[in-house]
Amino acid sequence: MTALEDITRDEASLTRFLHGLPGVDAVGLEQRAAGLATRSIKKASKRTAIDLAISMVDLTTLEGADTAGKVRTLCAKARRPDPDYPEVPSVGAVCVYPDLAGLAVGELEGTGVGVASVATAFPAGRAARAVKLADVATAVEAGASEVDMVIDRGAFLSGNYGLVFEEIREVKRACGTAHLKVILETGELATYDNARRASWLALLAGADFVKTSTGKVSPAATLPVTHVLLQAVADWHALTGQLRGVKPAGGIRDTKTAIRYLVAVREVAGEQWLDPALFRFGASSLLNDLLMQRRTQFDGHYSGPDYVTVD
Amino acid sequence: MSMEWEYAPAPENRDIARLKSEYRMFLDGEFVEGAGPGLKSINPATEEVLADVSTAAPSDVDTAVAAARRAQDKVWGPMPGAERAKYIFRIARMIAERSRELAVLETLDNGKPIKESRDSDIPTAAAHFFYHAGWADKLDYAGFGPDPRPLGVAAQVIPWNFPLLMAAWKIAPALACGNTVVLKPAETTPLTALVFAEICAEAGLPPGVVNILPGAGDIGAELVGHAGVDKVAFTGSTEVGKQIQRTLAGTGRKLTLELGGKAANIVFEDAPIDQAVEGIVNGIFFNQGHVCCAGSRLLVQESVADEVLGKLRTRIGRLRIGDPLDKNTDVGAINSAEQLARIRELTSSGEVEGADRWTSPCPLPDKGFFFAPTVFSQVSQSMRIAREEIFGPVLSVLSFRTPDEAVAKANNTPYGLSAGIWTEKGSRILWAAQRMRAGVVWANTFNRFDPAAPFGGYQESGFGREGGRTGLEAYLDV
Repeated sequence: MTALEDITRDEASLTRFLHGLPGVDAVGLEQRAAGLATRSIKKASKRTAIDLAISMVDLTTLEGADTAGKVRTLCAKARRPDPDYPEVPSVGAVCVYPDLAGLAVGELEGTGVGVASVATAFPAGRAARAVKLADVATAVEAGASEVDMVIDRGAFLSGNYGLVFEEIREVKRACGTAHLKVILETGELATYDNARRASWLALLAGADFVKTSTGKVSPAATLPVTHVLLQAVADWHALTGQLRGVKPAGGIRDTKTAIRYLVAVREVAGEQWLDPALFRFGASSLLNDLLMQRRTQFDGHYSGPDYVTVD
Repeated sequence: MSMEWEYAPAPENRDIARLKSEYRMFLDGEFVEGAGPGLKSINPATEEVLADVSTAAPSDVDTAVAAARRAQDKVWGPMPGAERAKYIFRIARMIAERSRELAVLETLDNGKPIKESRDSDIPTAAAHFFYHAGWADKLDYAGFGPDPRPLGVAAQVIPWNFPLLMAAWKIAPALACGNTVVLKPAETTPLTALVFAEICAEAGLPPGVVNILPGAGDIGAELVGHAGVDKVAFTGSTEVGKQIQRTLAGTGRKLTLELGGKAANIVFEDAPIDQAVEGIVNGIFFNQGHVCCAGSRLLVQESVADEVLGKLRTRIGRLRIGDPLDKNTDVGAINSAEQLARIRELTSSGEVEGADRWTSPCPLPDKGFFFAPTVFSQVSQSMRIAREEIFGPVLSVLSFRTPDEAVAKANNTPYGLSAGIWTEKGSRILWAAQRMRAGVVWANTFNRFDPAAPFGGYQESGFGREGGRTGLEAYLDV
């Protein structure tokens, strides 16, 4: 393969590279994803998976109606997901809009729980570059440790890969030490071929994570499209030796589904990716289902939604 | 910090198989003791004896053929197609209802992973009965002229790799077309065929329409050479197929043979590489490679050979080998000690002849017949591992430079059962498929089976087709 600098030298070579990536056969991909989803995860392996999944949750609230109070309770939940079981790990991060990032940072200081902030005119990404970068700056100055940006899907779909690439680069620079997650919005890119190209484009531009979706577009994360992203980071690792992460977001609501994703992580990317530094779930309601299932595993009986906190 | 996360054992409950200590043959609607020496069926994953099975003697073959003749003349042949269809639909439903029991039993007796018997073998067996039940009253419209007649009594001998599914492939079209059946299951895997016999009895199928006679190869020879049968269908080795053809030459009895294979899976440089890797794995490690149409020769274009091989090794290294009853097992047990010895002998010939051997580092169980997935690269056409059917989890990798060379190498085999073509370019699929001398050509997939799709081979892979409208011809007097 050509050196990475050659690939990104200009838009023409970037386009050649992305269009030269092997295609994704949808039937085969979906068959593989469905096959792996039949793995039977029980007993000790299920308990481990639940704790692992909890530690990978980016506990998210991204609503127009978000308030300081809402974010505070969410942060409390993130620190200590199940007050009756102090050994339950804290989640990976809390994910909020930039204007609430500072509040979350204060709430989570010293807990090890990260603060992720969406930025770049999330979710549509339809704003001037300067506005997007200002959005990023807001998040970073507030102390966010992770920035979740959206790509310009319009530019991507019209074949303007150079523009998308440059924008990711600029955002990456603006992030400073904050980790950059690049949201591809695969539901709008529509094809698996596009999902693969967008993953590579983001990785080439410096993404620390590739993320499927904003959660505002249907379909959001699916198992097959997450396979594509996992394969991309595995291929990137084989090529460069660098470890980059994957975050499916949207629509992952229960333990059973989350475990299927973990199986995909283990068997498509590899065991190395079973790590909150390299895999996250963008989710809001998933955490409580994980906690309920965890109680079922440890108590030996199901207790119901009234026994976990609603925040 | 990445976390250690192993899958806990998830074994299916073996009690679901309702295993009995003894099984008897099914003759003229009754379960009877055969006059043969009997056999013990073992679990290849543990080498424990599963059950004693009574076997047929030549005298039992005579009785069974006579019963099948009676049933064909008096009951099944004259019965209207719509009535036959009711029985066949009932059998299909009963297979589906007892699918879990049949899947666990199949896995115990054969060694294949439960996920395959559960998700592939048993549902496809039921699908064959459903499909052919639909044909029973529509044979006038099958394209063989008005009112096509059945052949009579069909003698059917099936292999051990897909025990119930092969029985379904053979029995369903025979019954739909108005024939009666004497079937001999394989010596090492007779159990599901005998549970199928229970289903026939419970479905009220008239006595003699289906007869199941377990036994060794000598009983198979007795059955296919019997003067009282009108049609012989055999799935198994090319060697035995040739013997059968010699036996039947000049008798006027109809014959279909589904024999060995050495299929090429061709990966062009414009293939969807990740799915091709899945297809290669599925092509050769499905059912431990005990598949006549297995993609045992990988032909990969040199420009992508390193990439494909690298990904293939990573992927194969993640296959889970072990207890076939575990729901997470990908590759189960080799069916018999004899087959394991053959696989070992052929793989050592590969090393001696100079191919590069790579074996999955996966741990193997202490007991039972297991063989780690193995890939030979730097294979040339002259090596035995490129020419002979290994019938095990062993892949031979050859490379090619141009499409013409790929086609020439793929066809350079006395076999011709199946082939796989991997490319994102539609025109290349059509170009290559037209040139493949193989009965089944898969494009961007492998080992996909459907009762509506005819299956069969060229040359030493046999003749005749099973499945689909075409498959009916083998059981009609046309």
